[in-house]
Amino acid sequence: MAVRALESWLVNYRRTWRGSIYSSLLSPVLYLSAMGLALGKLVDQHATTNLGGFSYLAFLAPGLMAASAMQTGVDESLYPVYTAVKWQKTYMAAAATPLRPGDIYRGHILFTLLRLTMNMTIFLAIMAAFGAIKSAWAVACLPVAVLTGLSFAAPLDAFAVTRQKTDQAFALIFRFGMIPLFLFSGTFFPITQLPAWIRPVAYATPLWHGVALCRALSLGTAGLVGGLGHISYLLIIVALGLLAGQRAYRRRLHV
Amino acid sequence: MPEPEILIRAHDLTKRFGDFVAVAGIDFELRRGEAFGFLGPNGAGKSSTMRMIGCVSPPSEGELSIFGMDPVTDGPAIRARLGVVPQEDTLDVELTVRENLLVYGRYFGLPRAVIAERTGSLLDFVQLAERAGDHVEPLSGGMKRRLTIARSLINDPEILLLDEPTTGLDPQARHVVWDRLFRLKQQGVTLILTTHYMDEAEQLCDRLVVMDRGQIAAEGSPRDLIDRYSTREVLELRFAVSDHELAADKVGQIPAERIEVLADRILLYVDNGDAAMAAARGVGLEPITSLVRRSTLEDVFLRLTGRRLEDG
Repeated sequence: MAVRALESWLVNYRRTWRGSIYSSLLSPVLYLSAMGLALGKLVDQHATTNLGGFSYLAFLAPGLMAASAMQTGVDESLYPVYTAVKWQKTYMAAAATPLRPGDIYRGHILFTLLRLTMNMTIFLAIMAAFGAIKSAWAVACLPVAVLTGLSFAAPLDAFAVTRQKTDQAFALIFRFGMIPLFLFSGTFFPITQLPAWIRPVAYATPLWHGVALCRALSLGTAGLVGGLGHISYLLIIVALGLLAGQRAYRRRLHV
Repeated sequence: MPEPEILIRAHDLTKRFGDFVAVAGIDFELRRGEAFGFLGPNGAGKSSTMRMIGCVSPPSEGELSIFGMDPVTDGPAIRARLGVVPQEDTLDVELTVRENLLVYGRYFGLPRAVIAERTGSLLDFVQLAERAGDHVEPLSGGMKRRLTIARSLINDPEILLLDEPTTGLDPQARHVVWDRLFRLKQQGVTLILTTHYMDEAEQLCDRLVVMDRGQIAAEGSPRDLIDRYSTREVLELRFAVSDHELAADKVGQIPAERIEVLADRILLYVDNGDAAMAAARGVGLEPITSLVRRSTLEDVFLRLTGRRLEDG
């Protein structure tokens, strides 16, 4: 039944897929050129052991990949869900059919998975084209980044579907949630550069786990225990998000 | 005559939202093939009742059985046999007319070929065939409502639920919608509709309940309700603002079954309107305008609740 709900997102996506692919291509090219190559040249001149002997480009790219997964996860959840429940009310139309609220939720999660897989495949290909990949293990960055994106989308779907009046909270999430995470979760510099007292905050965010594991895979430095730790953490967040989403959709669509 | 098949049974059906009681223990039955209406002002509990029947709102108390099934446990199976036209449009305005029917048909698990076939005949039926490839966004309110009706029929439903089907439409668009609904009724589709327009209820409903403040005030056919709760004719008198109060005192002298003094006019419920008018002149009343008309459901509602339908 969730597949039926997925179809409605696909029919909509048919209209916008070209533009979305262009932006999925453009964004990593811009970031990797400006920060990875240009800024990276400067960083590499003062190479320190902090980057583990790798170029800044090789250090940065997998981190950006995880951050970009977060971005996709947030973009696909907040406004699309709010539009479906509030502005266009297409969720209300779907709820009048045999679909259950959980089907409607999982249909959107499936679509988000698809979008994440597309974007992350493109990102990985561009990383390879930039010569930013140091290990064959980088292929595993794909599922890890998708999981990272889902760890944001699953709970944020739940949050967006329960907004009754306005979407004001979304701007706050972007400004005070996503941007700090983007900047301080180890994407651009090792987390050890942060004061020790604030590091635990970074460790608690799903993005840091996604960044750390993608980086270790891409650089070929991943260890089994650390890797499983990161994956377990992300899986727990996703599982909790899915439970919250199931509940939130039921309470909102079956009042 | 065979017993009519009962499709919906509600007993003591109640819906609460926190402390607020939206539906306060109502009883009704829906028979196959009839057009059944909930008539009442805004806030009477009509939409809450419709949402419970549509299995998207679990009852707080009481019994509700649809096709012999329980909406709480068999929601998907019941909804598969219902068509729903919600009060607010819930179309996907970024898609075309045809795509809206496709997506909705897929929700019911219908094969694409079946959807394509039904889309043709449904768009013909609601007179939107030439707009099939157009986006929904620029369509007029009446067209959107007709598309919503077409969409609600994609699964060939046994019961069609219409929540205020013509609210917000201009008079011409309303008549087009009424015409389509009347045709559906003639094709034998079972209809449930809510409305606060008495003319809509009179035109479309075989049987209706008058709802007020979450309760059912009366039940019957439109004709039957008018016969029971009103007189054959109504004399409406309108006076200059300065005379209105004085006139309100004097009308008591005119023989009438019932007199309603509204803010802007006075209604006299009588068997013979012309005779009452003569009597009004006889006691020296000089209305600016006077009108003799037949009783309507509006009069029934006024009698039952002391308020007018549009007061809400």
